[in-house]
Amino acid sequence: MHKVKGISLAALLLALTISPLAMASSGGPALEAADNDMSNIPSLQRGARNFMNYCSGCHSAQYVRFNSMGKDLEFSDKQLVDNLMFNAEKTYETIRSNMPADQSKVWFGVTPPDLSLMARSRGSDYIYNFLRGFYADASRPTGVNNTVLVGTSMPHVLGGLQGLQRAVFHESSHEGQAATTEFQGFEMITAGTMSAEEYDNFVRDTVNFLDYISEPVQMKRRVIGVWTLIFLTLFLIVAYMLKKEIWKDVT
Amino acid sequence: MAHTDSETVAEQNGLVKWIDDRFPLTKLIKEHATEYYASKNFNFWYVFGVLATVVLVMQLLTGIFLTMNYKPDANEAFASVEYIMRDVEWGWLIRYMHSTGASAFFIVVYLHMFRAMLYGSYRKPRELIWIIGMLIFLVLMAEAFAGYLLPWGQMSYWGAQVIISLFGAIPAVGDTLVEYIRGDFSISDITLNRFFALHVIALPLALVGLVVVHIMALHEVGSNNPDGIEIKKLKGADGVPLDGIAFHPYHTSKDLVAIIMFMMIFLAVVFFAPEMGGYFLEHANFEPANMMATPEHIAPVWYFTPFYAILRAVPNKLGGVILMILAVMLPLFLPWLDRCKVKSIRYRGWIYKLALTLFVISFIILGWLGTQPPNALYVLLARITALIYFSFFLLMPFYSVIDKTKPVPERVVYHA
Repeated sequence: MHKVKGISLAALLLALTISPLAMASSGGPALEAADNDMSNIPSLQRGARNFMNYCSGCHSAQYVRFNSMGKDLEFSDKQLVDNLMFNAEKTYETIRSNMPADQSKVWFGVTPPDLSLMARSRGSDYIYNFLRGFYADASRPTGVNNTVLVGTSMPHVLGGLQGLQRAVFHESSHEGQAATTEFQGFEMITAGTMSAEEYDNFVRDTVNFLDYISEPVQMKRRVIGVWTLIFLTLFLIVAYMLKKEIWKDVT
Repeated sequence: MAHTDSETVAEQNGLVKWIDDRFPLTKLIKEHATEYYASKNFNFWYVFGVLATVVLVMQLLTGIFLTMNYKPDANEAFASVEYIMRDVEWGWLIRYMHSTGASAFFIVVYLHMFRAMLYGSYRKPRELIWIIGMLIFLVLMAEAFAGYLLPWGQMSYWGAQVIISLFGAIPAVGDTLVEYIRGDFSISDITLNRFFALHVIALPLALVGLVVVHIMALHEVGSNNPDGIEIKKLKGADGVPLDGIAFHPYHTSKDLVAIIMFMMIFLAVVFFAPEMGGYFLEHANFEPANMMATPEHIAPVWYFTPFYAILRAVPNKLGGVILMILAVMLPLFLPWLDRCKVKSIRYRGWIYKLALTLFVISFIILGWLGTQPPNALYVLLARITALIYFSFFLLMPFYSVIDKTKPVPERVVYHA
């Protein structure tokens, strides 16, 4: 049996030594960690507010019901109706965008995607960097481009908060190779109403909310998971004692 | 004993006797549990058969409840899965158990097959058990493939597109065959509907049937053991093999411990990491299927990737398909490829130990390569490991004969 353990260990070591190669070849700018905390209810509440005020004009979250979201995020029905449900009558409705899909396609070139699962398909780090990655680019119809999603059709909706920044690229050319541009960092052109730190926190709250709606049960399942494992540990002890007892007479 | 316990029960219990007169209940319980004797020295590797059964039952039960809320309709499938995840009471748990169960099924089945390779369980007189087991493996692959289309995410759609198009490589009939499988000119609502039918009734029915036959064949011949000794050769005065102990209560009580330990790992994945870093649930599959947008990188789920890597390692499409099918089918011939005098790795020489080690390493590397976007280095690595994979089987008739073996003892090795 120890031989077989050796085999899997060797394979694991091999896999680990190969994987850095794969990381290096995938490319793209490194994403900063969103560091959002889903146990932070006030952050999720601010995120819900941000989402309804800044995102839901164009984006839907068609699988998210107001009432179940309210329950998890500790909003009362009255708070939902008074402050968050701009485009819904009943609390059991889902988050729809205010924009007709056929027309938004004409306006933006693409229909703004539904955001229910965006944090699951792209990851929260992706969205965190995307919302911080807009920069002035006169060649784009929206006047902005994005370091994370180059050529995005989305205008800089949060530009008033963040301000407008410029991206600094470092161009390097080696002989016989195509010139490569490397992203160096941002420089603020016109300041927004928020400081850089305030804006990062604003985005973090929003990402936190998007993370939550991508899988509303994720906090709950971890709690249930701990209790399940505690139960199974006790069950295991009993089952092991039973096995010992039954096997006593096997020689 | 004048009479066995079960006879006593039958005398005492009118109902059991009533049934036994009409159906062989007590006889079946005896044959398959209380008087089915298996070696007392089963080790860690012998739990994966029962674990595969546990996973099968779990998949059937969770599958029934998923079917109650899932809609096999291209316009509604994706949303119905999210409905299960969000609005159905405990729907998320049922869905995660089912999706994790699919991967768990392959993990336990691969380990179950590996056990057979360690101890020569496929050897005479158990060839038919092995063949039926291989059929189960093939049906399981089809079942998993059909099931993966149902969430109707991007990877469901494009994975199915890539795999089904492989049949197009078959000369003359290829294109017609592909259309016949899809029922359309591309993967569509029609494909989804028929895959649903296959996934929820045709293939599970075949699977359950084959598993019953697999176990019946096993109980006819008797289980192998880590020493590869036929315990039926040495029987006591009572006709019970000297090294055998009753499946129930001995092996069942041991299996219960194994099942709980397995469930702890399984449920830890379900509750703490249901996506398993994108290996069990792929990130791209949280986007609805879109036939107008191909994902950046299409890869099958991890359990198919060793074979997928072999497919990609061959420059010619038809050649790749043939080698891939060969790679899946080759284990079927193990009972005749293996010509060693002894069954168990315990009494085999260094050649088989080395061959099996290389085989396992190549299988794992191929599996990993299949998840990665191909490049020149990886293709080269895939070719080398594929060569090792095929050599393990095709050279076995030669190296298994010349391998030096150790003498096999009369009785199994057991330390209480």
